[in-house]
Amino acid sequence: MFETFLAIVKRDLILAMRRRSDVLTILFFFVIVVSLFPLGIGPEMNTLRLIAPGVVWVAALLASMLALERLFAIDYADGALEQMLLTPQPLSLLVLGKVTAHWLVTGVPLVLMAPVLGIQYDLSLDGLRVLVITLLLGTPALSLIGAIGAALTLGLRGGGVLVSLLVLPLTIPVLIFGAGAVEATVSGLGGEGHISMLAAILVMALFFAPLAAAAALRVSVE
Amino acid sequence: MLEVVDLECVRGDRRLFTNLSFSLSKGELLYLYGHNGSGKTTLMRAICGLLQPTEGEIRWDGEPIRELSEEYTREVLYIGHKNGIKDDLTALENLRVLSTLDGVHITEEQAWDALKRIGLHGFEDLPTQVLSQGQKRRVALARLLAHQARLWILDEPFTALDKAAVEMLQQVIREHLDRGGMAFLTTHQEVELTAGQVKQLQLGKGGQGCV
Repeated sequence: MFETFLAIVKRDLILAMRRRSDVLTILFFFVIVVSLFPLGIGPEMNTLRLIAPGVVWVAALLASMLALERLFAIDYADGALEQMLLTPQPLSLLVLGKVTAHWLVTGVPLVLMAPVLGIQYDLSLDGLRVLVITLLLGTPALSLIGAIGAALTLGLRGGGVLVSLLVLPLTIPVLIFGAGAVEATVSGLGGEGHISMLAAILVMALFFAPLAAAAALRVSVE
Repeated sequence: MLEVVDLECVRGDRRLFTNLSFSLSKGELLYLYGHNGSGKTTLMRAICGLLQPTEGEIRWDGEPIRELSEEYTREVLYIGHKNGIKDDLTALENLRVLSTLDGVHITEEQAWDALKRIGLHGFEDLPTQVLSQGQKRRVALARLLAHQARLWILDEPFTALDKAAVEMLQQVIREHLDRGGMAFLTTHQEVELTAGQVKQLQLGKGGQGCV
């Protein structure tokens, strides 16, 4: 069973490598959005430090929304998804594999890029560290929750807008705790509580999201 | 053995067929006929389990397929209108990934052999997006050679294939039937297949019925 999971992750990673531009678009979007704020607001260090966690987190959230649409759409269009539904493997496992690969190519680059971008906002070393930790916990949760929305809106016209409407409310807790942890650390209160909440959200999403997305896929493909 | 009992399917507001019953047992081939829009693909998707019929039941070895789920999908191989192969992967990668997902372990050598047999010798290492329609179809059909499914459900398998490939595919289906497999296929082409028991099923205007 684990072999199937690995096979699907590997397949999606190879596909992403051969379609690099799709992946780079997401990262590029994230970098641009985060970098534009200091330019627009001006070099007022105190203001920048104040808005840093929120801006980086909102940009990460939007970037992951942007990437969602493609999660199942291509497999749906070429019939590969249909075949996945017909394999003797638990569909939720295949969904988990797809989401994992999706996170590796769209989430991890954001996490790696975030500290570099954080420097523009004069974040302290502690702040940067917590930013990376929260993104590391938060972005997989965003991908997992988003997968449910992507599966539900598969094959619909204007699915992109609908996905955002469906998924954004569910992702707001991730945003609040993610940005909150960094803020709390910077202001000296300590962000451990927030980080624990993020981890809890991730665990919940890991368990429930693949099941929900699998059920949604069955309906969408019918 | 596959049994379809009193099946009814509705797409949109249109009732495609109703009270459809037939069965398929070892070594039998079922041809599905019908004009465009008569519900051939819908029937096939229902039998695969991709689509929930409005009424009736589909049984595999006496048990409803809904309850068997993964035990049933293991026995079935469906090749539909869409080939289900990834354009950015090579023929070889496509075949190997699909086999792994199907729970069949094939070695690299077996994959090469299957592709060679299906007539893709020399194209194994090319991304399938540079292949022609017929060659892409062959990549999808190569799964027939690597899979151990008992029931093959083939929706218009001969489209885009050249004459030699049609003959080769007929041979592959014949061998499958000789091994005790079952096949269920639609085609608009006149294809002669005279292995095992051949049944025919007509959908649409002229009424339904198994001949």
